[in-house]
Formats: sequence, structure tokens, C-alpha cells
Amino acid sequence: MVTEPQNLFYCLLGVLIGMLIGVLPGLGPAATMAILLPIVYTVDPVSAVIMLAGIYYGAQYGGTITSVLLQLPGEASSVVTVFDGFALAKQGKAGTALGIAAIGSFVGATISIVGLTLLAPLVASWALSFGPPEYAALALLGVLLVATIGSGHTVKALIAATIGLLFATVGRDSFTNASRFTFDSLQLADGLDFVVVAMGLFGVGEILYNLEARYGKAHVPATVANVWPSRKDLKQSSGAIGRGSLIGFFLGVLPGGGAVMASLAAYATEKRIAKEPERFGRGAVEGVAAPETANNAAATSSFIPLLTLGIPANASMAMLFAALLVLGVSPGPQLVEENPDLFWGVINSMYIGNILLLILSIPLVGLFVRILRVRPAILAPITALITILGVYTINNSTFDIFVMIIFGVIGYLMKKTGFEPGPMVLAFVLGAILEDSVRRSLLIFEGDPTGFFTRPISGSILAFFVLVVLLPIVQAVRKGRAASAKVEGKDTPR
Amino acid sequence: MSERGEQPPPARSRDLLAELEAEVAHEREEHRPPAGGPAYQLVGTLVALAVGVTGAVLAYGYGLGTLRRPGAGLWPFVISVVIVTLSLLLLAIGRHLDDSEKFTRSSLLVLAGLGTFVGLGVLLPVIGFEIPALLLCVVWLKFLGGESWRSTIVISLVTVAAFYLLFLVGLRIPLPHLF
Repeated sequence: MVTEPQNLFYCLLGVLIGMLIGVLPGLGPAATMAILLPIVYTVDPVSAVIMLAGIYYGAQYGGTITSVLLQLPGEASSVVTVFDGFALAKQGKAGTALGIAAIGSFVGATISIVGLTLLAPLVASWALSFGPPEYAALALLGVLLVATIGSGHTVKALIAATIGLLFATVGRDSFTNASRFTFDSLQLADGLDFVVVAMGLFGVGEILYNLEARYGKAHVPATVANVWPSRKDLKQSSGAIGRGSLIGFFLGVLPGGGAVMASLAAYATEKRIAKEPERFGRGAVEGVAAPETANNAAATSSFIPLLTLGIPANASMAMLFAALLVLGVSPGPQLVEENPDLFWGVINSMYIGNILLLILSIPLVGLFVRILRVRPAILAPITALITILGVYTINNSTFDIFVMIIFGVIGYLMKKTGFEPGPMVLAFVLGAILEDSVRRSLLIFEGDPTGFFTRPISGSILAFFVLVVLLPIVQAVRKGRAASAKVEGKDTPR
Repeated sequence: MSERGEQPPPARSRDLLAELEAEVAHEREEHRPPAGGPAYQLVGTLVALAVGVTGAVLAYGYGLGTLRRPGAGLWPFVISVVIVTLSLLLLAIGRHLDDSEKFTRSSLLVLAGLGTFVGLGVLLPVIGFEIPALLLCVVWLKFLGGESWRSTIVISLVTVAAFYLLFLVGLRIPLPHLF
């Protein structure tokens, strides 16, 4: 299935677009996936999802290149790579850093795909017994974890997420048929289209945000000589690649964890166990290998909650979730049974996609370095046009263009005031499922909300939910106490 | 970045991740415009609060029902109450956050860009996509991007032609068009 020429083509296209946007600072993978969502209406569903998935994991490869060569991470998950990657580049070893990153990325992703292949059907079959209360608890936990673990201030992220849930209620209520927040608009009766909202918040929001920084010149990266790492470099980083794969895999599975957290944790682990931790930050090969391996492993394993439970672990997965819904496919435990072509097609495409990335990333480094010299001003109108014309094609509706623009303005203003649009989009996508599950659960429990806690799985998930809420509060209180004790200690004359 | 080598190794294991996170935050901070300050925080939070209050009032009007028979407004009402609570919390603790960004003169570019989006949206059904798209490219390349007239004209024409071929000929999408 996946080896069909059409699917191979879209896989290649996806990873190439992913690498490209990973290289170009500005649009992230979630924004690019949002902008390209309308493509799911025009090409074969499996091909479309394969391409969107390729964009996501391809971006993890591309993000490394600018981190190493420009000290400018293309992706948040490659920020930590800057520390040692750029130091290596300054020593004339940019090629080594990029080569190690490509190999580590490939190993990490491949181990993670094997894990995904083995684990996903098991999780899916376990989750088949889930009812509305379990889904409600899971969706709630997903929204909370994305808001609390992601970048940015937790309260702000939670506000963004809850507003996302509120936007999801616009339209006709499926239980009572009453109109909510439609202000007598017929176009809003069916609710806000999540593709349009995501394209606005992510796509237009980022395009507008990038306009402010547009006047910058093209970047002039360091030159790259030999991209093949030496045997010594490989030996030195093999442990980091192994550990990074495992850390990435497990952190990627957690909702909200994902690639950024994995890259940080893998780097921290290597520094912690290193015999000479002072080498880190000054060009340690492991400092590149560990985070780059981990972010790819995490990017891959973050497909597990989406494909098996129907819970997107991060904003990019929310875009895939949206794409699947557009295709009439409900992501969740029944996916593997009902749409095996799609389920296994996506997973198998990852094996091929990662081989393509390994093959392409090393010889194409020179090409990507040249792309970095293209002025951002030239790419901007092309992205803007893709977005506007793309959103129009969904329903052939100019109304959608204006809804997208409004959400674009919201996304831009959120960024300016320190609110991340990611949790909002994710909560918006999960909103309908969450409300539906909560209300169905209340019907099952005959109005008694304690029913959520008495069922073993939903009870355990909600207990974890409470833990996630309480832990940062306890930590903050402890930190506050420790800080005030320190201040008191300093103030006390010796 | 420069201070990294001076950090006393080995750091305690639990602090190391926090240290790294702070360093990463600092790294990203370097590429950001100046922080907006308390006024930005206040306005952002008040907008969120207003959304919550409006949501709660409207949701109440849709009917809350009971837990046994939830009305159309119950769920949005609960969410709105959470928004209000979180906004009040942010109002109390978030005044001195430095994660907002100042509006500068270059923020006017955003308004201009936004204008072209709206313009394309309005003109698309009236005169097709070619001329509005060409105008958008010209504005973005010449006035927002500072490109030369020569490259502006060449890139704009090539871009619109490519979109024409992609959408109308390649994908056969019924996009309103003049030619």
C-alpha cells in the first residue's frame, strides 16, 4: 500500500516540505500542516495523511541545520542543539554535527517506529473498552497536559485552552438542537470549521507575526565541509543515541511531552552522566546526538496517543487529528480495525520517510544552506497566497476566508501578549469530543459526577489529572519557601 | 550562552533540567523583540476575562438544565466560569510577566499585510483571484519586503502563474478566475 508510487511521492513531498520548513525559521510544522490541510480534500486520504505526517517528522531533521549553522533553531525542539552544534560549527566541524544529528535522528525515529508498531495495536485493543467517562477523562487530561507541560506560562496556556473549548461550542448543540453563540448567522450554525480556525490561529497568525521581523537580511550560514562523522565521533555518541531514543520514545507518548521536552531531557541526561560535563556547550558531539535523536524519537511516538486513543499529544498531532476528521475517520482505538490501510499506511510510511530523510539530509545539506540565503520576503507572499486560496477551496466560501483572518488576528495578538495559540487549537479540536463525552457520561451516571471517579480507568486518569494540577502548586510553594529561607539567611548578619 | 562554561559542574541532577530550560528560554529570548510590560499583561488578561464573562452570560441564557438533564448552556457556562477564574488568577499573579512583546513601528507592517488579506477576500468572488493575488504579491514584496521593482514584478508574475497552473489546471479546483 505504502509502496504505491503515489504514496511514495507524497511521503517524499511531505518530508521535503518538513525539512524545508524546519530549516526556515518562521513557520513551524503545525502552522505548515494547518496551511496545507485543504489538500486532504483533493488527494487520496492515505496519501494526504502520509504527507502531513512526513511534514511533522521531517521538520525535526530540518530544524537541526539552522541550529548548527546559524545558532538559530528552526524548531523549538532543536534549541538545545544550538549549544554544542554551533560550538562544533565554530570549530569547523559543522559537517560532523549535521552528520551525527542525521544518523541519531534516523536511529531514534526507527527505534520509535518499531515501538509504535508493537505498542499501538496493544493500546488500541485495550482502549476499545473505553466508554464516554474514560474519553472525557482522557481528553481533559490531554488538554491539561498540553497546557501545563508546553512552553509558556501555565495559567495563560490554560486560559487559551479553555477559550479553545468555548469556541468549540459555537453552533448547534447536538443534544438539544439549540443554537449557541451563532448570533443568528446561518454560516455559524454548523459551528466553526476546525481547519479554518487552525489555519487562522497557526497559519495567518504566524505569517502576520513574522511580518514584523521580515526586514532582516538573508542568513549567511557557516560553510559545511565533510558531513560524514568519523568513527571516533560515532563511537562517542552511540550511547547518547541509544539513551536519546528511549527518552524520546517515552516522553513523546505523553500528551504535551513531545519533542521539545525530550530533547531537553536527553541533553540533561548526557550532561549528568558525562565524565567531563564541562565539555558540554563547547562542542560535545553527544550534546548534538542526544537531543536530535530524542526529538525524532518523540515526534514519532507522539503518534501513539493519536492513533490509538484519539488524543493528539501536541499541536501538530491536533492538525493530523483535524485532517482525519475531515476525511470522515475518527481517530481512536477503532482506527486500526476500521481503517487498517490508513493506520498501517501511516506507520509504514514513517519507515520509508525516515530512510528518505537520512538519504536526503546528508547530500542535501548544501541545498538547504543555499535555501537559507533566500530572502524571507520572497517566501512570505507565497505562503500568504497558499493560505487564503487554500482556505477558500475547502467550502468555496469567502466567509471562511474572513473567519480565518479573524482567527489569524487573534493568533497574532495572542503571541504578542504571551499566550500560546497551540493549547487553544488543541482544545478546540478536542472540544466537541470532550463535551459529548461529559454529557453522555452524566446521562450514564444519572447526573452524579462522582461516577467519573468510581470507574477504575476514568478514576485513575482523573487522579493523575489532580496530581498534575497539584504538583506544580506544591513545587511553587516549596520553591517559594526555599527562596524566602535563602533571603532570610542572607539578611541575617554573621 | 557565554556564561555556560562558567557554571559550576556538576550541577545537581534535578536542577540541571531546570537550568537547561532557563538557558533555552534565554536563548529564545535573545531573538525576541522587547517585552511589552504590565500594560500588555493587563489588557491580555482583561480580554480573556471579558470573553469568560460574555460566555457565561450568554450560556446562562441558553439554559443550564440540571446535571441529570444538562441544558445547551451548561457546558459553555462551566467553561466560561473556568476562564473567569483563571483570568482573575492571572490578574493577581501575572502583572510582571515578561512574555509579551511591544508593538513597534514594524507592527504597522502587520496592519498592511492584514489589509491585503482582507482585500483578496473581498475581491476574489468579484474579479477572480489573478489580479488581487498579483497586487498582494506586489505589496508584500515591494512595500513589506523591500524588494526591487524588477524582482517584485518577476516574482509576482511567476507566483500567480504558478498558482493558476496548480489550482486551476493541476488540481482543477473551481477557484474564481478572470482568465
